[in-house]
Amino acid sequence: MTMNLSRFLAAALFIPIAQAQELAPDVLVRTITQEVVAVLKQDKDIQAGDPKKVAELLETKVVPHFNFTRMTRIAMARNWRLASPEQQKELAGEFKTLLVRTYSTAISNYRDQKIDYRPLRAKPEDTEVTVKSEVKQSGSSQPVSIDYEMEKTPNGWKVYDVKVGGVSLVTTYRDTFASEVKDRGVDGLIKSLAAKNRQGQGERAKSGKS
Amino acid sequence: MQKAKTLCVLLLAGTLLGCATSGGNPSDPLEPLNRAMFGFNDTVDDAVVRPVAKAYRAALPGIVRTGISNFFSNLEDVWISVNDVLQGKVQQGFEDFGRFLLNSTFGIAGIFDIASEAGLKKNNEDFGQTLGSWGIGGGAYLVLPILGPSTVRDSFGLLLDTQTDLVFRIDGVRVHNSLYLTRGISTRANLLDASSVIETAALDKYAFVREAWLQRRRNLVYDGNPPREKEEADDDSR
Repeated sequence: MTMNLSRFLAAALFIPIAQAQELAPDVLVRTITQEVVAVLKQDKDIQAGDPKKVAELLETKVVPHFNFTRMTRIAMARNWRLASPEQQKELAGEFKTLLVRTYSTAISNYRDQKIDYRPLRAKPEDTEVTVKSEVKQSGSSQPVSIDYEMEKTPNGWKVYDVKVGGVSLVTTYRDTFASEVKDRGVDGLIKSLAAKNRQGQGERAKSGKS
Repeated sequence: MQKAKTLCVLLLAGTLLGCATSGGNPSDPLEPLNRAMFGFNDTVDDAVVRPVAKAYRAALPGIVRTGISNFFSNLEDVWISVNDVLQGKVQQGFEDFGRFLLNSTFGIAGIFDIASEAGLKKNNEDFGQTLGSWGIGGGAYLVLPILGPSTVRDSFGLLLDTQTDLVFRIDGVRVHNSLYLTRGISTRANLLDASSVIETAALDKYAFVREAWLQRRRNLVYDGNPPREKEEADDDSR
């Protein structure tokens, strides 16, 4: 039971992304996922867990389709207003690094899982939609749901939350962020995030993969 | 009866400690106690459970591991179908029982999950969720020894889940102990990738797991469609 939840987090983040700006949100998610999966299947370096290659792949294909500022704002909740514009920028930057790193850990576990998309339920005039997908896990008969919360912007649709098995990658940070800000202020939180990110780089350098 | 008493004591302790602690998550009045238990579980996992699960994964080919995992999953389907019915989902109850019949026979004692391939999806139900669907809230968050995250409601549900566990019905202490052990290892092995993701993601692992767990349970109670919670302060800063 203890780790039931982690299963859902793990199957997580097959969330890739492309350039097409006018694509419908569900088409966009599917296209990007296919592109990233295609690279994963071919690239021997990525399969071997080369962190540089994975980072490059994500930076070009995935990152442009996320709104990290909004993600940070949701995770910060009330405390977002306590942060100055510079602090907000720093926070979003560090949070982005952390999320991308998490995503690359998940991606390096990818082993041919099958992904199904559910039909998009949205009206043409909607500016916020949920794209729902399911990943079939190996070793478990129950598929894991992955939902992308997306918003329409002038630069195409952007993801602002990912829910794995109903668990939001963004709001899951709320408690941590809130208590950090309460104890050590906004700068304290920025420092903690930065330290976590540095520590991650260190681990990476030592061993490409666990 | 005795277990009910234990629960009452736990609930009481929760209320008392709730007054004693300040701040933190309101659904976790027992945080100091829970953190200690979480630390203990983590230590056991580091020292024993995870290494064993890794060895298990390295030793057995994927097909065999899936077969083992399916075998246990199949036994759960009976209790899942009972919970379906208790939650008023009668048709799903029949389907889940159908899964059990199909997999137990043509799927050779559940080793092959042919029901999924035939379009009968595996469902996730337990008595904690049934209580939730009857409108009973989770209550205080609890970290159980070895079993990990739960709530007062879900711990109570777990008592009943354990009583109805088919593995529990198998005669012979040695046999069912080794089955328990195998099931535990198999479950942990399936989660190895997931736990590595959590290690990367969490600033404070305890708070991260708590929040993720509570969201997960809420999602399960509502069968994947929980009512939207307000995103407080998300939009008022625009």
